[in-house]
Formats: sequence, C-alpha cells, structure tokens
Amino acid sequence: MKKTYAIAAFYLFIATAAFKFPGQYGYKIGDNAIDFTLKNVDENKVSLADYKNAKGFIVIFTCNHCPFSQAYEQRIIDLHKKYEPKGFPVIAINPNDKDREPDDSFENMQKLAKEKNYPFAYLYDETQEIAKAYGATRTPHVFILQKSKKGNLVKYIGAIDDNYEDASAAKEKYAEQAVDALLSGKSITTAQTKAIGCGIKWKKQ
Amino acid sequence: MRQLFLILLCIGFGCMLSAQQIHLIDREWINSMRSNKTNDTIYVINFWATWCKPCVAELPYFEQLHKQTQDKKIKVVLVSNDTKKALTDKLPQFIAEKQIQSKVLFMNETNANEWIELLNKNWSGAIPATWIIKPNEQRELFHEGELTFEELTKLINQLNKQ
Repeated sequence: MKKTYAIAAFYLFIATAAFKFPGQYGYKIGDNAIDFTLKNVDENKVSLADYKNAKGFIVIFTCNHCPFSQAYEQRIIDLHKKYEPKGFPVIAINPNDKDREPDDSFENMQKLAKEKNYPFAYLYDETQEIAKAYGATRTPHVFILQKSKKGNLVKYIGAIDDNYEDASAAKEKYAEQAVDALLSGKSITTAQTKAIGCGIKWKKQ
Repeated sequence: MRQLFLILLCIGFGCMLSAQQIHLIDREWINSMRSNKTNDTIYVINFWATWCKPCVAELPYFEQLHKQTQDKKIKVVLVSNDTKKALTDKLPQFIAEKQIQSKVLFMNETNANEWIELLNKNWSGAIPATWIIKPNEQRELFHEGELTFEELTKLINQLNKQ
C-alpha cells in the first residue's frame, strides 16, 4: 500500500514538474518569502535574518554577463546607497548556472563586486533553489520585501524602472516608488511590472 | 521625425552591410497583428537580441523554418530587443554576418512593462520567447524560453490543431 502511495506521489511529482513553466511558480504579492543562506562574494554566508535592523529588503536577481543587468548596475548601487540607511538594503543574488554562463561563476562575481565596489551583498544561488522559490525568471528581477511579524512579505515584483537604456529618461522609478510607499506607510501604486531581461540560465537536466 | 532620423543614421552607418532593412515597430504592431482578420498566414515571431546567447543559439532553427516554409503560408519574423544604439551598428552587422534571411523587426519601445503584458499576460519578459499567431482564425500561442527545431515545429502543429 505504502508503495502505491509512493509511486502515485512520484508520478504526481513528475506531472507537476513537467507542467511547470516560467511564471507559474514563485511568489505573488503578499506571499511570505523564505529566508536563505547563501555565500557572499566575501566568502561569508548571508541570510535575511542577519539584517537585524532592516525594515525590509530589495532582493534583486542579477548577474555579471547580462547586458540588462549591466545597464542597471549603477542604479542598483544607487538604490542601496539611498535605501540602506532607511532600512531597505539591496541583496543581489546571481542565480545563473556557471556551466552555461562562465561569466557568472563565483570567481567572476567576486571580481565584478571588487571592481565596482559593490556596497551590498552579492550572493551566489548555486543550486538555483532560491530563484525558483521566488519565481525569478530573468535578470534583473526585483522582489521588494517588508519585514513583519509573519515574516518577510513580498510587496513588489518586477523592474527597477521603465527605461533600461537611459536612467535619466525613466519616467517611472517603480522600485523607488515601492520602497518610498512602504516607508511612508502608503499602499504601492504599481506592485508588479515586467521588463525584457536575460532569461535565467537554468542548469541543464 | 525621430524614427526618420534613426533610419537615416542607420543607412549612413551600417545598414548597407545588411541585406535587409530593419523596420521599427511598437505595441501597435501587436494590435495590428491580432486585428488582421483576413490574413490566413501563420506568423512565427521570435523575440530575441544579439546580446542574448540562448537567442542566438536558437536562431538557426528559425532560419531553417523560414527556408523550409517559403512556399507555404508560414512566415518567420525576428523581433529584436537590442538597444537603440545597436540599431545603427551591432544589429545590422549581426544580420549581415549571419546572413539572416527571416524578416527582422526592431521593438522600438522603452516601457516594456506595457507591451509585454499586451503580448502575453504570462510572459515574464525573459528572452528568448516565441509567439505564434494565425490572425484570421484568432489563434495564437506563446512560449517563454528556448526551442529546438522539433519543439518549434511541434508548436506550429499544436496551433493548427487548436
């Protein structure tokens, strides 16, 4: 009997795994985001729980190689500089498989972080489990979380702003607007946005 | 005016290298594809960019489809999501070098949030992505992620059977 259940469970697992496609898994606004422990470019392990004084987080799935991530690099640094003192640090996570994109190896992350003097944690999601749990599909992909008694609640999912080519021409700074709203206790006008980005390089099965 | 300027700039600098002229499109193009109810061609529309490695890797399959279907009512369209800067050099150079035969269009939008949603609600915006549409029958399907040639032909058959 046990065996039948096990077989049924196995097939169910296969069936759900087969029908999952990008965008169907992951968080929606209001979900409780899991914490994680990932290796930072300074070799230390980092978890959200380590940030005792934070009011929330700007979690950004990003990487080295993607031109969109590169275009947003300075804006990600600026976001951290502006909002870390207000309680919302940037946590950057690289979810790409290094075999498919050698530029995104841990060593290359370390190089880039040093070169650009990243003021925030740049973590390596080697197993890609965190990107999958969050439902990240592309880089850069932003998840803004707010700390609460229930946990870290997802408040914004999407792009940093509405113009990747030219920061000064951006009309809507979605990520900033979201954090500003959270800081002033207002509701977020645009809680979900989309943008063209590099698809995450998932490991080949 | 700005478009004209870009086109002129394009002709001046690099488009001469390429065999085809790259037309600029915006979200209205998506609407026009859907509203053309007398058009019985199947359009296989791939969203890509020269900087996107998996996109470049699957381009040969779309080119192969283009070559195999020239006498059929299937048309391959490659919508580039490169930067505006690339429109004058990198994109036409790429098309010339790889001798791209399928029609290349350039998505001339900055606010991706709006046109991505208009195209398909389930699309996160990650490329490559492929949109297959048969306008006269109002049938379409969408695939986010890479495709092999077999998967691509399967998708087209799927649309036919819908």
